[in-house]
Amino acid sequence: MTFSAMRLLRESVTGHRGWKPLWRRPGPKPRYDIVIVGGGGHGLATAHYLSRVFGKTNIAVVEKGWLGSGNVGRNTTIIRSNYLLPGNQPFYEFSMRLWEGLEQELNFNAMVSQRGIVNLFHTDAQRDAYRRRGNAMLLSGADAVLLDKEKLRRMIPFLNYDNARFPIKGGLWQPRAGTARHDGVAWGYARAADRAGVDIIENCEVTGFRRDAGKITGVETTRGFIETSKVGVAVAGSSSRVMAMAGLRLPIESHVLQAFVSEGLKPTIPGVITFGAGHFYVSQSDKGGLVFGGDIDGYNSYAQRGNLPVVEDVAEGGMAVMPMIGRARLLRMWGGIMDMSMDGSPIIDRTPVEGLYFNGGWCYGGFKATPASGYAFAHLIATDTPHAAASAYRLDRFAGGHVIDEKGVGAQPNLH
Amino acid sequence: MLIPHPLLGPRDAREFTVMGDAGMIDRPDPAAPDAADRFYEYVYLRDNPAGVHRELWFHEYGDRSWLVVTRNTLTHEIVAVELASDVSAKREKSR
Amino acid sequence: MTRLDGGLIDRSKTLDFSFDGKPFRGHPGDTLASALLASDVRLVGRSFKYHRPRGVYSAGSEEPNALVELGAGARKQPNSRATTVELFAGLEAASQNRWPSLRFDAMAVNDLLAPFLTAGFYYKTFMWPAAFWEKLYEPAIRRAAGLGRLSMLPDPDRYEKGYLHCDLLVVGGGPSGLSAALAAARTGAKVILADEDFRLGGRLLAETACLRDVGTLDWISNLENEFESLPNLRVMRRTTVFGVFDHGIYGAVERVSDHMPAREGPVRQALWQISAKQAILAAGATERPIAFADNDRPGIMLGGAVRAYANRWAACPGKRIAVFTNNDDGHRTALDLIAKGVDIAAVVDVRPEAAALGDYRLVAGGVVSGTRGRMGLSAIEVVSGSRKERIECDVLAVSGGWNPNVHLASNHRGRPAWDEAVQAFLPPLDGPAGLTAAGAASGRFSTSDALLSGARTALGALDSLGIRAAMPDLPDAEGRRSVPAPFFHVPGKRRAWVDFQNDVTVKDIKLAHSENMRSVEHLKRYTTLGMATDQGRTANVTGLAIMAELGGQSIPETGTTIFRPPYTPVNLSVLGGGDTGEHFRPRRLTPTHRWAREQGAVFIEAGQWMRAQYFPQPGESHWRETVDREARAVRRSVGICDVTTLGKIDVQGSDAGEYLNRIYANMIQTLKPGRVRYGLMLREDGFAFDDGTCARLSDDHFIVTTTTANAGTVYRHMEFARQCLWPELDVQLISTTDAWAQITIAGPNSRELLTRLVDGFDLSNEAFPFMACSELSVCGGLRARLFRISFSGELAYELAVPARYGRALMARLMEAGQDLGVTPYGTEALGVLRIEKGHAAGAEFNGQTSPAMLGMDKLVSVKKDSIGALMSRRAGLADERRRLVGLQPVDPAASVIPGAHLFGAGREQTLATDEGWITSACYSPHVGSMIGLGFLENGDARLGEAVVAANPLEGQTVSLKVVPIHFVDPEGGRLRG
Repeated sequence: MTFSAMRLLRESVTGHRGWKPLWRRPGPKPRYDIVIVGGGGHGLATAHYLSRVFGKTNIAVVEKGWLGSGNVGRNTTIIRSNYLLPGNQPFYEFSMRLWEGLEQELNFNAMVSQRGIVNLFHTDAQRDAYRRRGNAMLLSGADAVLLDKEKLRRMIPFLNYDNARFPIKGGLWQPRAGTARHDGVAWGYARAADRAGVDIIENCEVTGFRRDAGKITGVETTRGFIETSKVGVAVAGSSSRVMAMAGLRLPIESHVLQAFVSEGLKPTIPGVITFGAGHFYVSQSDKGGLVFGGDIDGYNSYAQRGNLPVVEDVAEGGMAVMPMIGRARLLRMWGGIMDMSMDGSPIIDRTPVEGLYFNGGWCYGGFKATPASGYAFAHLIATDTPHAAASAYRLDRFAGGHVIDEKGVGAQPNLH
Repeated sequence: MLIPHPLLGPRDAREFTVMGDAGMIDRPDPAAPDAADRFYEYVYLRDNPAGVHRELWFHEYGDRSWLVVTRNTLTHEIVAVELASDVSAKREKSR
Repeated sequence: MTRLDGGLIDRSKTLDFSFDGKPFRGHPGDTLASALLASDVRLVGRSFKYHRPRGVYSAGSEEPNALVELGAGARKQPNSRATTVELFAGLEAASQNRWPSLRFDAMAVNDLLAPFLTAGFYYKTFMWPAAFWEKLYEPAIRRAAGLGRLSMLPDPDRYEKGYLHCDLLVVGGGPSGLSAALAAARTGAKVILADEDFRLGGRLLAETACLRDVGTLDWISNLENEFESLPNLRVMRRTTVFGVFDHGIYGAVERVSDHMPAREGPVRQALWQISAKQAILAAGATERPIAFADNDRPGIMLGGAVRAYANRWAACPGKRIAVFTNNDDGHRTALDLIAKGVDIAAVVDVRPEAAALGDYRLVAGGVVSGTRGRMGLSAIEVVSGSRKERIECDVLAVSGGWNPNVHLASNHRGRPAWDEAVQAFLPPLDGPAGLTAAGAASGRFSTSDALLSGARTALGALDSLGIRAAMPDLPDAEGRRSVPAPFFHVPGKRRAWVDFQNDVTVKDIKLAHSENMRSVEHLKRYTTLGMATDQGRTANVTGLAIMAELGGQSIPETGTTIFRPPYTPVNLSVLGGGDTGEHFRPRRLTPTHRWAREQGAVFIEAGQWMRAQYFPQPGESHWRETVDREARAVRRSVGICDVTTLGKIDVQGSDAGEYLNRIYANMIQTLKPGRVRYGLMLREDGFAFDDGTCARLSDDHFIVTTTTANAGTVYRHMEFARQCLWPELDVQLISTTDAWAQITIAGPNSRELLTRLVDGFDLSNEAFPFMACSELSVCGGLRARLFRISFSGELAYELAVPARYGRALMARLMEAGQDLGVTPYGTEALGVLRIEKGHAAGAEFNGQTSPAMLGMDKLVSVKKDSIGALMSRRAGLADERRRLVGLQPVDPAASVIPGAHLFGAGREQTLATDEGWITSACYSPHVGSMIGLGFLENGDARLGEAVVAANPLEGQTVSLKVVPIHFVDPEGGRLRG
């Protein structure tokens, strides 16, 4: 069934009786060519590109809970390609290009909205660092604009320009950045993969990997053994636990990142705004809620909830940079588990176990990477060679010192 | 969170900076033949358990002691707190 | 006016207020909602999606419909629940999310489009053409969506935050909360009782005949008197405990002066962090509706709310009232209203066996199948068996049972459990440690059960703290337990609302079910059920029950839903706690700050520090002019600069040398007393961390300096090494950054100037050469420390005196050096001087640079172990070929821009072919052009080559010559002279 305005119109006069499930509810078959562990954004995108680009369709995606129950449904929905380092920026720009055609490709409106992102700077040193970054973006084919204070004031007049502890001096703007409806992304990929024949199996938790002579032969699950020779793991928030079943220790710590949404308000915030002197970023959803967040809490956690100091810290940051949001009210707060890698950049690579592939360590930046991560992971699983845009995301880069450390804080995951 | 400091009693977590896995106390011997591998594991690899976790907290806005906090990462319950220097000294002795 | 007798309003005073510009009157004790209802205002808002006319639905914080904008100008508060707004004189309220007016809302056209605008319709359309989304579809959706408006002006009110500690926190001041607080407070334990209402009593205020042997109000007021007398009890009215955090920490907001005319209160709201050893959740319960066709018209209300308005506020929402119920509560509504002389049209009870409890018409086994009335209810359709009738009424009181307010108990993601016996979700057993529910929040709905369970729970909580409490005397109370029939919606073809605010109907839930959006979370996310400002307080359980019915499953099989903080929405301004604007972060001032201000200095933020950036002189029209003068003065004669902000760490102990040898990459142990050495610190991963100087005052006493930016992190790192890695070493650390004022005296005349201040100290090059240090006295007996170190490349000293003498020292230096033309200089000139000398600073030490990139790989000693040494030799760092170089424009008039990327001349300019970047740049008065430092591929082998600096961001391309990093005095003769 193809989604379109005409179809919607037809259904609306016939009482919406013709809609089909967005995806089926199959049980696991005994054998698949490829099993993807993790029915979140990255896992579902991987399944979609495996079928669409690499012609693989005998695939299962196994998910321990409900589809999209992890970070794809808990993030603050920002998409952007404003990175500095050559290991990262081309990958995120590749992702941005996939976002730009995603809805037409999936026939599902994930509300990709390119309303721009501004990163504010407050010192000359920050401006210089953003200039270097903006140039890196342009040099890799992305878009970037350096705004001085006056241009910024015309664009976003409600920021605190005149009474600030750290006065705003300007901003780095990426006009093509924006937001996407997070759940819609998971559902759109799920529907497309399902239509291509991929089995999406919910409430099916992996409990072990079966190996023979160092090679994967299948996965044990709560719904029985599934035979396969290739397993792709994309389980943000559970990476260490799942890979430990294959005997691997990862350069990852899991932390909680809180996110917040306000009550619905009439249009207030034009795009995404990131404060450079405190921990605060904000956008506004199409429904009208201000979606905002800040830093991770800082301690290891699998609890999907955080504590009050960060709530206050984020609110202070928001009030400092845009004091007109004071009368907005926090409606809901929640937490997601971030698999923080030791250099702040992700891993998409083979593992020492033949047939076992790993995708993880996305820190708090996995959502924007969803299309490229799925594409590159599909490329790796299908061809056994890394995709060019993700070739730096090797597991052995830590041992060799080829780290991709955007923030320059070293092997201290809670600072990335 | 409240951190039961072994010398000062319960202190608000706001007074602390967290560093992560208490394994950072066990710096490998740089003269060991496999020192490169051991330093790689020491600096980069983590057990990252979902459950009881021993981790380092620095009482930055307090008495500046480093603590080894044993805390459950699923519930945030704190099971034990020791001075890191005591933990480290004990380990030295047992070597 | 439709006021009944009685009620808890003060009729002796009237309060004038306005709604949508029209004047109204109420009384103290009223809420905005009760005053509007008493004034016969039924239409108060519009729904989110279909813009349906809506009236007051509840009498509490669960209100989905009656959201208004309060106040005007910068104090405008959107999305305020009229049901919890305490009335005051002059209150201005306005309806929201409608245009042009509440009665005629153009967006109500959406209601006609409802067949098209089903759950998730937007996922299925608006895809072509792609560019139309941002330009056309989305802006239209965004304008239509949203509720109230922000004023877009800075919040002018004041906020405060505070910390409270107690043995027992009681959340909720209804019958169970009151008895719990009473039992606990009589023991002398520290107790906090917090209630969101402005009046204690909870449901007791809204009901009649709860207590038998004593008047309800008398009992409450006696209790309040006793509470007053107990210093260990803090009663916090107008205080919402909004969330439970770890280790017994509760977040609460006290609305200190929201109920007063603007500007009367000292602060508007206060944020409290309450640390409680034990806590009791006595938050009561919220009534749940029954869904039926067109159940959203103004006049259709929760039954308990109708009772509350009649009993507590003497406000009757209509003239002829019908009741629709699945339990005895509906009958109670009828009885209370009849007692107040209100006309009851009928009680429609879904239970065929129901019997009338008084003199009113009962339709047993009947349901409401439809309603009439465009802007307000005028009639209902009732079906019982095969009989269908129309009953005229202007209010329908709906009672579907009660949902315990389990919210806080599920804040730690414990899942509420369905209890078949009481037909409700009860607090999870794995809720937050130390939090126990009592009263209606625990499913004990009768007053008698609530009173008893409150006190008993308090006894248990205190017992766990080793405090013995006695059961207080409690009044005899009604003990009726009414269990609702499991009836959640009336089947039918027309729309029946489940989530009023977000316009989610039974049809939407059916659609979600047919599209496989069956898990509770998918249902919520696909239909937006429970995602409105009320977090589904009146919608979630009903939605879940309908999903269960569709799936042919029980409610527990279908799932449950957890509640995230906050319990009710919280203003960002109170969470920010007033630390805004200039007060966002503390401001650290140097010892010479006031002096610099008197000299007219311009200041700049350096982390939390404020530092003098430059000192403009009369006649100087541009900052560059000033900075050039300051830099020249240092090179020609002498300049002084406050460098107190550099971190200073005092290191003492017999193993201090060995310890520092392990901290620094270069050799320190061989440093002789009285000497200073440059020190490079690495992180354990081998990358450059920080640099500074290390001075040895005596065998067991060192002074380490760090950069300003890393003062805190270096100290933490050094304490980590001392306590965690090498506790066996005899060494002690303390940060003395704030204890010593440190002034740089730099330039060829610095020795001459300093000679005039020291107390007979030999400053000759022989006695006190480059990199010497000493303790001494200056200015006639002032204890000081002197370091002959140079950041500028000139003959230079850093003189440290106790911080309180910093300002005096600065003044004395100025006075003593007048004839030398001594010139104070700021951070800009400091930067110029260091770039001219080729010293790496923050832009070069950015955490991504290896020692090799800085040209310091030889400094990393191989004769000893130190933090980071081993890992700095890994391939990724050792093979790194970018090197720090000096850069000078080929055309002296051209700019050198930090952040530009470097390319070999004629090379393709992409990120992949990038050969480096410019880290720092300035205009050099010494060189006579702009100069820069940067990292360049094989830079050390490319001296003299012309490279291209590309800055496409600002459309610049400049040709630069690669030069050595030392632009002045490469041999170092000046600083050694």
